[in-house]
Amino acid sequence: MELNEIFYQHYWWFLISLLGAILVFLLFVQGGQSLLATMGKNELEKSMMVNSLGRKWEFTFTTLVVFGGAFFASFPLFYSTSFGGAYWLWMAILFSFIIQAVSYEYRSKSGNFLGKKTYDIFLLINGIMGPLLLGVAVGTFFTGAEFVVDKSNLTTTGAPVISSWTNSCHGLEALINGRNLLLGLTVLFLARAQAALYFMNNIKDGTLFERSKMQVLYNGAIFALLFLIFVASTLLATGYEIDPATNEVFTRPYKYFYNLIEMPWVAVMFLAGVALVLYALIRSAFGPHFTQGIWFSGIGTVLVVLSLFFIAGYNHTPYYPSIVDMQSSLSIYNSSSSLFTLKTMSAVSLLIPFVAAYIFYVWRAMDKKPITAGEMKSDEHKY
Amino acid sequence: MNDLFTLVDWSRAQFALTAIYHWLFVPLTLGLGVIVGIMETIYYRTGDERWKTITKYWMTLFGVNFAIGVATGIILEFQFGTNWSNYSWFVGDIFGAPLAIEGIMAFFMEATFIAVMFFGWNKVSKRFHLASTWLTAIGASISALWILVANSWMQYPVGMQFDPETARNVMDDFWALVLSPVAVNKFFHAVSAGWVLGGIFVVGISAWYLLKNRENFLAKQSIRVGAWVGLAGTLIVAYTGDGSAYQVAEKQPMKLAAMEGIYHGTEGQELIAFGILNPNKKFDNDEKEFLFDIPIPKLLSILATRQADGFVPGINDIIDGGYTDKNLKGEEIIALSAQEKMERGRLAIAALADFNTARQANDTTAMNEARARLDANYEYFGYGYIDSVEQLIPHVPFVFYSFHIMIILGGYFLLFFILILILSYKEKLPRLKWLLWVAVWTIPLGYVCLEAGWIVAEMGRQPWVIQDIMPTFAAISNIEVASVQTTFWLFAALFTILLIAEVGIMLKQIKKGTEQK
Repeated sequence: MELNEIFYQHYWWFLISLLGAILVFLLFVQGGQSLLATMGKNELEKSMMVNSLGRKWEFTFTTLVVFGGAFFASFPLFYSTSFGGAYWLWMAILFSFIIQAVSYEYRSKSGNFLGKKTYDIFLLINGIMGPLLLGVAVGTFFTGAEFVVDKSNLTTTGAPVISSWTNSCHGLEALINGRNLLLGLTVLFLARAQAALYFMNNIKDGTLFERSKMQVLYNGAIFALLFLIFVASTLLATGYEIDPATNEVFTRPYKYFYNLIEMPWVAVMFLAGVALVLYALIRSAFGPHFTQGIWFSGIGTVLVVLSLFFIAGYNHTPYYPSIVDMQSSLSIYNSSSSLFTLKTMSAVSLLIPFVAAYIFYVWRAMDKKPITAGEMKSDEHKY
Repeated sequence: MNDLFTLVDWSRAQFALTAIYHWLFVPLTLGLGVIVGIMETIYYRTGDERWKTITKYWMTLFGVNFAIGVATGIILEFQFGTNWSNYSWFVGDIFGAPLAIEGIMAFFMEATFIAVMFFGWNKVSKRFHLASTWLTAIGASISALWILVANSWMQYPVGMQFDPETARNVMDDFWALVLSPVAVNKFFHAVSAGWVLGGIFVVGISAWYLLKNRENFLAKQSIRVGAWVGLAGTLIVAYTGDGSAYQVAEKQPMKLAAMEGIYHGTEGQELIAFGILNPNKKFDNDEKEFLFDIPIPKLLSILATRQADGFVPGINDIIDGGYTDKNLKGEEIIALSAQEKMERGRLAIAALADFNTARQANDTTAMNEARARLDANYEYFGYGYIDSVEQLIPHVPFVFYSFHIMIILGGYFLLFFILILILSYKEKLPRLKWLLWVAVWTIPLGYVCLEAGWIVAEMGRQPWVIQDIMPTFAAISNIEVASVQTTFWLFAALFTILLIAEVGIMLKQIKKGTEQK
């Protein structure tokens, strides 16, 4: 394999990791949806929270879609194997996002057929299932899945399917794996804690501020505990490694721990991220009036998730291990697009800083004035 | 593997269901986005608060429609993986790129600026707000561009070659994909069709206000903006439609034959302006093609070949081959028969199998020989999976009637917009109640026309998911039929419920008008 190709495969795994990391940060929208009923004691409070989240939900949604699109473009064999195989897991994720997409716009409009309560239930379902199931799906990057890839099947004229799932649960089995569930719950409680941090920053209301602080404390503590167990179990687990000379896949005890040791810059990133998240959670929960927690926690989350993706895909690690046929495992080398496509897409990726810049600019312009009870009583467009 | 054809049918049904629903909402987003942009520009230039009211009114309906478009859109992208996983590997190297670019260039633009559009009136300057409204509309069109580049590539696969080592097609010319004549035509055709629907929608609802003698200023002004956008859209649709037909004739002759119900083509081929197909007609019997038809002499030859006496092949001609045709390089060739193409396809598949065997044995000579055979036959690769020539014929009645409904309605919309504009400027519209009712009932016809167009494009190209390279049934995921059936019904129920909610909200908002603004 050309050095050039290896560079672009690593570059695209970085971009996928970055999108994944930003997605996990933006799941604070889902976390907030899961807190609506708990934190909003009356319609006005709920309305402030919904409208605060409602101006951000499309970023999360779009990041998910772009994450999928970028994965398809850069590592199509994963798209083909995982989506077609873990059918029910991905379908459940998609259903939870479909019902979210209409809920903000429709919930308080007359003639909405299902009634406000139903749309709020949709938001709750998406708020819990979205982060939980996405966490479970990403968990399979560490725990593996049951699939076989055989490209020579293309010459079988009856049924030329190259990748097949070897169980009939089609993704549901991932839900009964303890480590996957652990990551799912970790992502869920992180999303809830970050939602509370976001409310503290975005809504100007004394009561909601105090309630948010409590939520930061509760959800932050559960998150920290779950995260610790997940990280410990992952670092102690046996993983797969690819022999760069032969492309053979073999098992290696403590593989992910060694990845951190062998890529010390990732370990530094990981620790810095953890420190930032903990700083944000502790200062927001116990400090007198700290509203900037979401930024520290956001940057911390991005760093931690990036480092988790890096130990899953770099250092000769197959990021999608097959637990039924080790040699079918997907790595950034055997599942990527061609060099030409990776290069073309890399040219397009130069637009990303520009996109990030206008999102940042608009976000700042729109959030200059926090949401207030007064704004909810005006006749401006609201959810 | 399950019963392959049942699985394929359900997978297709699910994709068709989501695409049909999605295509109900996207064109309105495309059209209404431009109309709202024009309205806000007028407000920005004149400072007339009444135009702000008009803009905000249509923006509300835009928002209701946009949300459900997003909901139905996400599933389309992921379905390529969930239900068409073999396709995702076989051409993911080419097909994935436009989808990713769509996300990076368009979706973020829409997501960012739509928030300003709805919530930014009192938070940003008038100029920034106007720019945001236009950027949302432009974002929607850019999104359409990339998904249509992807779709066009499936109809006319260019800019790629097959790589036997990885058993997939790889891109070798990005600009060939983006600037393919099929993609360029399709983009303008689909986006301007959105303008037509946006125009019909705005004119129809405004007409209802005039009938009720309400919102008179809004209605009269909106009718003019809507009708101009609709008229411009209709003219572009007609021009690009002609271009599309020419491209179809060249690249997908079987689709054109089905669109016109031709079994035996001739030089100076007539165009069927209206026709009722003979349901007993099959490609292998001598029944009449039509029970009743109104033909226009030579017109199809002119449209398809740009020559009055050009030869347009029918279904049987394409099956039998032997006529003079052009290959993808534009060189004149004698068309192969379907059987010959199927034979060449089988040779290609066998060569790929030999290549794999030779590769495992590390036999470079055998690999090179197999590769040469593969390259020589690859343009017919997909035919190797076909068992009988009958599989190569799309569902003729579906394609024929959809095409004719689209054309007839397109012609009607042209007259409709011209009439509405003339009478609007003569201030005669409010008195012509019958015409106002016609305008209201034109709204559903707009949707029928656009869906018919989609059916022509997608049903007409069957059995191919990628023209000549991969049949639809070779593209699917290996999952249980019951799983796809379950998700099909879940989607059907969910999308129908959401559609009812969307229409309910729209009707309430229309009834309410601007009274609370």
